[in-house]
Amino acid sequence: MRWIRRHWELIGPVLVVILVALIGSRTSDSLSLQFRSVLVFATIAVALHVFIGNSGVISFGHISFVAIGAFAAGITTTKPEVKPLSFPELFPFLADLNLGNIGSLLLAAALGGIFAFLVGIPIMRLSGLSAGIATFAVVIITNNVFRNWERIGPGAKTLTLIPETTGFVQATFGLLLAILVAYGYQRTRHARMLRAAREDSAAAESVGVNVYRQRLLAFTISGVLAGFAGGLLAHLVGTVTTQQVFLDLTFITLAMIVVGGIGSLWGAIVGALFVAGLNSFLAEAERGVSIASMDISFPTGTRLVALGVIMTVALLFRPEGLTGGRELRWPFRSVRPREGQGA
Amino acid sequence: MTELFQSLADGIALGSTYALAALGIGLVFGVMRLVNFAYGEVITAAAYTLLLTKDLPVWARALLAIVAAIVLSLMMEFVFRPLRKATPATMLVTTFAISFLLQNAAALRFGTRGEAINFLSGLNQAVTLAGVRVRYITLVSIAVGAVLLAATAFLLNRTDIGLKMRAAAADFQTARLLGVPAKTVIVLAFLMSGILAAAVAMMLAVQRPLATPTFGFLVVIPALVGVVVGGLDRLLAATAGGFVIGFATVILSDLLPSESRVFLNSALFGLVIVVLLLKPDGLFIRAGRSAERL
Repeated sequence: MRWIRRHWELIGPVLVVILVALIGSRTSDSLSLQFRSVLVFATIAVALHVFIGNSGVISFGHISFVAIGAFAAGITTTKPEVKPLSFPELFPFLADLNLGNIGSLLLAAALGGIFAFLVGIPIMRLSGLSAGIATFAVVIITNNVFRNWERIGPGAKTLTLIPETTGFVQATFGLLLAILVAYGYQRTRHARMLRAAREDSAAAESVGVNVYRQRLLAFTISGVLAGFAGGLLAHLVGTVTTQQVFLDLTFITLAMIVVGGIGSLWGAIVGALFVAGLNSFLAEAERGVSIASMDISFPTGTRLVALGVIMTVALLFRPEGLTGGRELRWPFRSVRPREGQGA
Repeated sequence: MTELFQSLADGIALGSTYALAALGIGLVFGVMRLVNFAYGEVITAAAYTLLLTKDLPVWARALLAIVAAIVLSLMMEFVFRPLRKATPATMLVTTFAISFLLQNAAALRFGTRGEAINFLSGLNQAVTLAGVRVRYITLVSIAVGAVLLAATAFLLNRTDIGLKMRAAAADFQTARLLGVPAKTVIVLAFLMSGILAAAVAMMLAVQRPLATPTFGFLVVIPALVGVVVGGLDRLLAATAGGFVIGFATVILSDLLPSESRVFLNSALFGLVIVVLLLKPDGLFIRAGRSAERL
């Protein structure tokens, strides 16, 4: 019991995720895809949180790690006999490489991390909006290169026939794994130093925190998770295009962690479930759903407008996010008097 | 040699248009510390107004476009009010959300394929100046850019309200304590940025005569990058940054061999990263001096 309570910040979100997955796995096929995509989006949000939440620096660049993960996982699992026909320009070693499901996810995670590390070496020296714009430049460059360099990917074409292995088991375990990594990292002294620098970077440096090194570490870990989430994404629907992993996804995943409440893991998860869940619900509503024997159907295209309205309203009325940027609290009143001044 | 001059003229023209957009972003940032991603949709609104008023005379279309841009800009000011005390991340993502919302609303109403605006298309004809063929719109863009920049500079430096705006930009709280009307200053900044957005929309509508939901977004992205590269904290530096991005886009695309021109964005944004690393406070901010905003 005490153990559960001590790690409630981890166990609470885990239970919520398992509950969502269980509900999703009981639904029809099309709805099941929506639920699984919510889980994958949440994985991306957790990856974003590891860097943005702990460092306080906004990164627009994480979707480039997602893109790298998605294309890496996609290219290494499409059937080798299809690849030379669809993508004749591909490097021979990429055309021959076939890793299988788990291998492709590991590769996606590794490449995401390596790329984040390399990009982070120069960029983590910046802070504030300069850092934001520099990471934005990274996502533009990644997209531009993927779109036009057909030796490493499908170029402007759609990468198809990726095995759709992100079922409920993989989507759920993937997200839980990401949560575990994020939670584990959050409790290390590295993350504490980074959060100290987030509150006051000069004060943190004056007590010996190397802000640059801590940021680079967080950026790399979140790159690993983002690449991994990209792999899950590729295996979710079986197709990837460069536009799918570009500015729209950047915006929507950032919106998730801000709507949820920037700075806490719980906020990232709540925000992701809220925004992605809403997105999925509206997508279904466009095709017509019936709730409590009422038929609701919206005209096509209203989904994104409605999503924009709801997110704007949520941000205007709760600028600090749905969770206020706090971790999940133990819901029961403690019997004994409070110990110390909280966590 | 003539090719070089042609590149330079085109570069200066695009640079002055981006500089106007950068100035519009910088004005609002100065008084509110808010980077408004949705500024692009103000430009888009002006472009769609030009589209919807096709049958009216040119002066009426221009006037209505300016009115539409001002109205939308002031509406944004109203919406952003609750955010004045929010964190930068929340402000940024909220403007992102509004931009997303308006773009999709435009897509819903007008479709994504785009419709021909047909505004002053005669300006696309070329005139030969000293052996160099230059389109009229190139000259007009440069002239409009110069006039509007000069007008803004005059307003900020030579008028009473301009002084108040600069004071508010330097230190908002202190300025308020000394009696600067905060509301007036902020509203004025949004109003001016609306006028600038309309000017940008008109210059671009001549050259890229297709009104699409992302018409303004595609301008604001480079302009915003320019603002940060130039130096967010000083209006002149931010404007110059916008100019440099426009100028560099044209020059780079002329310099790159034609088979690698598709990588223009990579080259441009690679350069952006390098500049940011070398001058994190801004290309046009002198090092060692405490930056005075505006």
